Amino acid sequence: MPGQADHQAHFDEVIARHDRIEPRDWMPDAYRRTLVRQIAQHAHSEIIGMQPEGNWISRAPSLRRKAILLAKVQDEAGHGLYLYSAAETLGVSRDDLVAMLLSGKQKYSSIFNYPTLSYADVGTIGWLVDGAAICNQVPLCRTSYGPYGRAMIRICKEESFHQRQGYELLMTMMRGTPEQRDMVQESVNRFWWPSLMMFGPPDESSPNTERSMAWGIKRNSNDDLRQKFVDMTVPQAQALGVSLPDPSLTWNADRGQHDFGQPDWDELFAVIRGDGPCNTQRLAHRRRAHEDGAWVREAASAFAAQEEPGHG
Amino acid sequence: MNDDLFGGDSSQWAFGTDFEDPLAGVDTTMVDDVVADDLALYCLGLADDALIMSQRLSEWCSRAPEMEDDVALANLALDLLGQARLLLARAAAASPSVVPVLPEGSPVPPEDALAFFRSAGQFRNVRLAEVPGGDFAHVIVRLLLFSVARRELLERLRGSRDQVLAAVAARGVKEVSYHRDWSARWFLVLARGTGESRRRLISALDELWPYQAELVRCGAVDLALADAGVGVDPTTYAGAVDAVLGEVFATSGVERPSRGPLAGVGGRLGRDGVHTEALSLLLAEMQVVARAHPRGRW
Repeated sequence: MPGQADHQAHFDEVIARHDRIEPRDWMPDAYRRTLVRQIAQHAHSEIIGMQPEGNWISRAPSLRRKAILLAKVQDEAGHGLYLYSAAETLGVSRDDLVAMLLSGKQKYSSIFNYPTLSYADVGTIGWLVDGAAICNQVPLCRTSYGPYGRAMIRICKEESFHQRQGYELLMTMMRGTPEQRDMVQESVNRFWWPSLMMFGPPDESSPNTERSMAWGIKRNSNDDLRQKFVDMTVPQAQALGVSLPDPSLTWNADRGQHDFGQPDWDELFAVIRGDGPCNTQRLAHRRRAHEDGAWVREAASAFAAQEEPGHG
Repeated sequence: MNDDLFGGDSSQWAFGTDFEDPLAGVDTTMVDDVVADDLALYCLGLADDALIMSQRLSEWCSRAPEMEDDVALANLALDLLGQARLLLARAAAASPSVVPVLPEGSPVPPEDALAFFRSAGQFRNVRLAEVPGGDFAHVIVRLLLFSVARRELLERLRGSRDQVLAAVAARGVKEVSYHRDWSARWFLVLARGTGESRRRLISALDELWPYQAELVRCGAVDLALADAGVGVDPTTYAGAVDAVLGEVFATSGVERPSRGPLAGVGGRLGRDGVHTEALSLLLAEMQVVARAHPRGRW
């Protein structure tokens, strides 16, 4: 039987050649814990992320937009489902993970603790928030853990549809009335900085980044991805005809990249601490849905037990 | 839009909504021996049933007992929304006089004008669709009563002389068959699951049963269109609806409720534009953004 050292050597070799670790492979406990934390946080984000946009389904201003938004929020539930499945391959149950979300032991993306205040926010979330999510997630398609990487490939394809629908909504609104154009600009002003915060704190104050990169769980640093997002978004904003609310945003020809200002990191830490505009509301909604559904889940289990062969 | 920014095929961006034209290849000319306003009103009735049901179902988004149910409920809402959109467009094509007049130059398409700019008294849905939601048992009972009747209707409407109605029915019957089976399965689970689930199911059934008869009531418009081979007289499938519900009740060990049909107001029901108090509230929410921007582009 191979010993611990052999296992570790094999694991290191797989990581070194950028290959995948699979559920039945040996892996260090800390690698497993890091993955469970990251995948669960991602799954929770999809499920909590249904709320800010779901807020506008009942008020969508055209039948077509209502269908697009419903389909999008439905996709998020689907993403949550396959991410929880990916986490389950690491030996945790979905029920346990959901319990950790509801008790506040595990986090979800802070962006969803911001409110959606106009229909333009549906577009801005698609364009900026899903755009930032894609920048974060595309490298994860090559992440070292197989089930996570494969789930991400599917999710990224759908997220790129989401980003396009968001951008297309904003583009259409910009061709509408002056009030609609103001609504788009106001929405972009509110979501710009929180979108930049989605990449996490600056590299020098991101304690987990280095180890996650060494293990091939994470492939790029927070600051690299943030830069990439800004460079991608500036021309899109110009094509749309909106400004981005950062006076220090300029093209730096020497670097071949944009210079830009820093988000208010104190605000990010306040949101992470639980003091964001919607933290309490989002978790309370999730807890209420879970509690309201308890009798249904109990009924389904009781019925399934009756259906089992040999019963009665 | 500037497609270079994203690349790819711009017809594909609206995920799940614009991939295919459900009426591609369908003959859209009107049957010439039908009163245009009758056809429009008939389409509005079927459209409004689907639209208001869809609105109520979508209220469950992010609130379902399990994530799988969240996905399923959104699917049902999307199916009905799709039916509503086609039927509203058909109503407008049959008789533009039913479409609310918007400010000159408004880009709002007629199906959206019908959905977002009519007041409650102009809606023709059955009252079952609009009553405020309750718990999950309420969703299941409402959907069962609604989809059993709608499935029988759509099955017969496939033979309509109006090719658009026939096409909507052919597509819709598959969707609504699934809605019926999904809700019937849940009805059985809740009836036989626990004492609590059975109590809640029967309570929802008692509340909603009086609205059921309206689904199979025949009005003057139904009769006129049935005579012309364009619509279906609901009394022709009332027996089939009754049989399906009887089977679901028997399998689930639930007695058929004894309460009679809910009265109308001066004999007028939902199809006649007389609704419950809930509809104008539902519409106030549904229409608020569209009405604030009658010249808006979305």
